[in-house]
Amino acid sequence: MSNALIRLPKSVKRGEVFEVKTLIQHPMETGFRAGANGTMIPRDIIEEFLCTYNGVEVFRLKMSSAIAANPFVSFFTTATETGVLFFRWTGDNGFKMEETASITVA
Amino acid sequence: MKPRAALLAVLALAATVARAEIPEAERRSGYHDMGPSVQAMQDDDAANPGTLWLLQGEALWDRRQGAAAKSCADCHGAASGLAGVAARYPAFSGVSSRPIDLEQRINLCRTDNQKADAWAYESRELLSLSAYVARQSRDLPIAPPADPRLAPFLAAGADLFARRQGQLNLSCAQCHDDNHGKKLAAATIPQAHPTGYPIYRLEWQSLGSLQRRLRNCLIGMRAEPYAYGAPEYVDLELYLMSRARGMPLEAPGVRP
Repeated sequence: MSNALIRLPKSVKRGEVFEVKTLIQHPMETGFRAGANGTMIPRDIIEEFLCTYNGVEVFRLKMSSAIAANPFVSFFTTATETGVLFFRWTGDNGFKMEETASITVA
Repeated sequence: MKPRAALLAVLALAATVARAEIPEAERRSGYHDMGPSVQAMQDDDAANPGTLWLLQGEALWDRRQGAAAKSCADCHGAASGLAGVAARYPAFSGVSSRPIDLEQRINLCRTDNQKADAWAYESRELLSLSAYVARQSRDLPIAPPADPRLAPFLAAGADLFARRQGQLNLSCAQCHDDNHGKKLAAATIPQAHPTGYPIYRLEWQSLGSLQRRLRNCLIGMRAEPYAYGAPEYVDLELYLMSRARGMPLEAPGVRP
């Protein structure tokens, strides 16, 4: 079970720059650590995070082993139209998490 | 010789009992010893990773579980009704004939009322639900119960706090009563008030309980940690809560 948390303003003015905050539960296992029996713990990370705004890509991030567990990502984008922000995290072992959040542009 | 030995014993006892607690006005949460970026992380629910556990705790609160098919909400109603509960645990349990902490209280509810298996210490479920219950008491002052049955356990906890142990021959009090605010390598020694538990520790990259934190200190002083759930931990938790009474709860806190 994984959880994701999205925070953005409920309503913004057209043309205004607003902050989007995202937090997701994920171990981000680096692949460089040895387990109790000396064998390496296989890498298990989120590889890519993507956000589209009414279908238009506004943010994309490639993640690496150096990023801590439960990654918090915040970014800014410009308000265009009332609509939906779509978020997708994909990673090792077929990890895939999708979330949406709506925004009202006044 | 004999009366003299007895006198020494009495003096030693008096020294233990009279150990000065940090005065209320000088009590300081570890929150104030950390950098502004980590403080901001704790203050903003959208950035505090503990929120992820709260979400799961909220779901668990309403989920019917065990042979009795009861949820927490079926008996307790809205979780907000448990405001102040985390601020007064550990509390005396008639069933166990000794104090139990919040995690043990949750597991007792599971085995007795829900007829479900107890959750393992530090399991995601137990951390999530204890964080969710503790969250209901955020900003409320720590208020240990004035229960005379707790007295011997409180004394045992205070004694443990002041007892030197481990290969480094250190007591909790030597750092957290006598030298708080000074540096241990690069880190500021905190006063060790349990205001934010369960906490998200950046070092752990996870939420963890007060017992996990106590293990950390024991390993640091090269003593053998007690097993999870050991009565020694609960006595110590009881003493720490009493030592921090009046301080507001911050759960789930964030610490480096």
